[in-house]
Amino acid sequence: MLIESGSPVAADTKVGISLTINGQHRELQVAPWTTLLDLLREHLDLTGTKKGCDHGQCGACTVLVNGTRVNSCLTLAVMKDGAEITTVEGLSGLANEGAGTNGLHPIQEAFIEHDAFQCGYCTPGQLCSSVGMMNEGHAHSRDEIREAMSGNICRCGAYTNIVDAIEDVMAQGGAR
Amino acid sequence: MTQTFSSTGRDSFVGTPRSRIDGPAKVTGLAKYAGEFSAPDLLHGYVVSGIVAKGRIKSIDTRAAEAVPGVVKVLTHENRPRTAWLNYNYQDQVAPPGAPFRALYDDKIHYSGQPVALVVAEDFDTARHAATLVEVDYEAEAPSVDLSKVEAFAYDPPMKRNGIKPPPKPWGDADAAFDTAAVRVREQYTLATEHHNPMEPHASTVIVEEDGTYTVYDKIQGVSNSQGYLANVFGLKKDDLRVMNPYLGGGFGSGLRPQYQLFLAMLAARDLGRSVRVALTRDQMWTFSYRPEAIQTISLGADRDGTLQALRHDALAPTSQFEDYQEVVVNWSGILYRCDNVALTYKLAKLDTFTPADMRAPGAVTGVFAIETAMDELAYAAGQDPIQLRLKNYTERDQTQEDKPFGSKALKACFAEGAERFGWSKRNPEPRSMREGRELVGWGMATGVWESMMMQTSAHAILTADGKLEVGNTTGDIGTGTYTILTQIAADTLGLSMEAVTTKLGDTRLPEAPIAGGSWTAASSGTAVMKACRDVGEQLFRLARQMDNSPLANVDFERVAFADGHIEVAGDPARRVALVDVMRAAGVEKLEAVGQAAPDKDFNSQYEAYTHSAVFAEVKIDEELGQVRLTRVVSAIAAGKILNPKTARSQILGGVVMGIGAALEEESMMDTTLGRFMNHNLGEYHVPVNADIHDIEVIFVDEEDRANPLGVKGLGEIGIVGTAAAIANAVFHATGKRIRHLPITVDKIIG
Repeated sequence: MLIESGSPVAADTKVGISLTINGQHRELQVAPWTTLLDLLREHLDLTGTKKGCDHGQCGACTVLVNGTRVNSCLTLAVMKDGAEITTVEGLSGLANEGAGTNGLHPIQEAFIEHDAFQCGYCTPGQLCSSVGMMNEGHAHSRDEIREAMSGNICRCGAYTNIVDAIEDVMAQGGAR
Repeated sequence: MTQTFSSTGRDSFVGTPRSRIDGPAKVTGLAKYAGEFSAPDLLHGYVVSGIVAKGRIKSIDTRAAEAVPGVVKVLTHENRPRTAWLNYNYQDQVAPPGAPFRALYDDKIHYSGQPVALVVAEDFDTARHAATLVEVDYEAEAPSVDLSKVEAFAYDPPMKRNGIKPPPKPWGDADAAFDTAAVRVREQYTLATEHHNPMEPHASTVIVEEDGTYTVYDKIQGVSNSQGYLANVFGLKKDDLRVMNPYLGGGFGSGLRPQYQLFLAMLAARDLGRSVRVALTRDQMWTFSYRPEAIQTISLGADRDGTLQALRHDALAPTSQFEDYQEVVVNWSGILYRCDNVALTYKLAKLDTFTPADMRAPGAVTGVFAIETAMDELAYAAGQDPIQLRLKNYTERDQTQEDKPFGSKALKACFAEGAERFGWSKRNPEPRSMREGRELVGWGMATGVWESMMMQTSAHAILTADGKLEVGNTTGDIGTGTYTILTQIAADTLGLSMEAVTTKLGDTRLPEAPIAGGSWTAASSGTAVMKACRDVGEQLFRLARQMDNSPLANVDFERVAFADGHIEVAGDPARRVALVDVMRAAGVEKLEAVGQAAPDKDFNSQYEAYTHSAVFAEVKIDEELGQVRLTRVVSAIAAGKILNPKTARSQILGGVVMGIGAALEEESMMDTTLGRFMNHNLGEYHVPVNADIHDIEVIFVDEEDRANPLGVKGLGEIGIVGTAAAIANAVFHATGKRIRHLPITVDKIIG
């Protein structure tokens, strides 16, 4: 699958990269200035990943790159040649056998159960960040979770419920 | 929580905690927001923001931008297509009096950040790049942006804003009573300008359909407002304009009025005959709506035992040069406390800024912070416990509205239950008396109040032969849980499962409802949905009675109940018939109805309706560093019947968190020379993050209210009101330092 992105002016400056996005292998031609966030949203129609500030200040664009959480707005797509990207659309696939009854990742189930969102715009970033944080394995107490999740702003103020949801999943054995 | 009365027939879902029905869409990324819809011919508009606050554009050179391959057009005031001539065409449903801002109208600069050009290109990258090449030459004048310097020009707005009660006439003689009072407090209070900053930046996507009509996805809290605005401004028929917004990435008031990106997207789409999306950047979120700062003075005079003898609340607030934005700031003082000598004044002064806008509990956040901090000061001055002082001056009537009684007011229960849960009785009132290690501990409390409103609203209900029900109207679910509560109400009214109900919102093809704001949606849309479902139920009942051997023969509609997909005789569930069987027997494919809800005139002529709260806060403050940790909040809420305790609790949590932001963090700082907000990004404009938020406990006290058939009062705003005062009062208790200027930052604590 060949997809072109970036400004038409710069056709000759495009760079070929390959990415595995939510388990699907993609060969892409991208302009060197296109961020991973714009690549996902504008060119691959993966609008689940949100643009809240485009400055790395809000965390709405958080995705997993090789299992590590990153701000996709501060990441140029060409920097991640060969990487495995997981967005909110792919979280349930990450869960595989651990998926719940409606095919969701446990953290997605927990967010619904604990009402860990309201408007939903920061939610994809919160979810990916939660999985990345659990993969890191540093946060254990509520205080540590709060600290480690502070790169993701929720203007609706669902923070206490977000921590409840993460604690719940950690008690079940953490991320998958 | 005890049930009040049920009008939905039987409460199975109403009153019980339910997860959001839009949850799966939101946790999988399938929920689409206004700037995420697309079309094959989509163009991208990027806004060029002006850099001076006052003056005019001398020249604007777009040649370099237009020379970039992929750029389709650069729209400026020089080449913009014509739109409606008269100001009133630009006044949306909630516009304050004045002449609304028109983007690209002429060469005049009204405020810093004003859009001066729209670069339209085939893709986003190109539009953004070309926007940097637009050269604008300004003739700048010194702007007036300092509220404290224009006090002499303050005025009482000649035209009142629709729906905003002006201050009541004074009663008694507040000044004379203050002069002779035994205990007196007179202080000035301010709070900083705040920007809403919903997580989703404002965006609009205008799709040109093949038949020449438009489908518009707009970030708006009520699609009918955008539809009406576009129809008036562009001379379009409403039938040719379908406006949708199924999900809104946070509003908090910023999405009540159509903002300039909608105008620009439609302007470009009309001009170019192609679909256009305009999304604002985060820093452009500082180029329109905000909560205005205010300079307030409170004067309280009381007897030695704390009984109020004089209450004066004066406020000065800014507005733009072109509109008189107004909110209710000072009335709350007269609503909260009984006093024989009261004067309340609210004045505006014009600045070279954009017009302020409603932001979550507009005016109440401002005014209640002042009165509730002043009441804490009075408690110390009179040697009274803050709760006892409030009980001493408690009122069962609204003196600002002809002394009408409140329809319901369970504030005393809020004080009692909140204090109990917080452990208030263990408080040593002496400032600086409580300490944990290197931290001073402070406990403070305050009252919150917000108006309980209802609006003219319609909603439809359509029951199909497969037993599925659709309900809906044009209002938006802005994260409040509207989809979920309407589904609960509909399911209960017709005795269906929640899974059998589909709720549709945010589409102008649905029956008309007002914008989602003012905390009126649950009462208004909830009642309209319930009535539409009752109407369908009555149609079913009539058909059921016509069935052969009908088990409902000789039964009145008042005596039947709807449960488990059946109509049954109340108290005799053996006599019942399935809804689908009724429809099959009658040979009907669907039954539909439109329900109307409106404020109850009889009730409103007798009573005033408000929600109330008691907020308790605990702070721990590092004595040397002045760093505040807000470790505990208990918010006890009296808001009538609670439809869904899970989503209701979240509404209060969110209000409290935004109140914490107002108290400790949020401040848009104006450079008074440039006339521009300096910290226009989320790195420098601080909002609460996860680490800032510790334990928040929400209590809903029992309260029965009859302003509407559901008994609900609304929850969107009450959680924020009073929170900042409770925190400021806790800071005083911890440190002995009274800080009257929000936000309470480290410099103010150790300075």
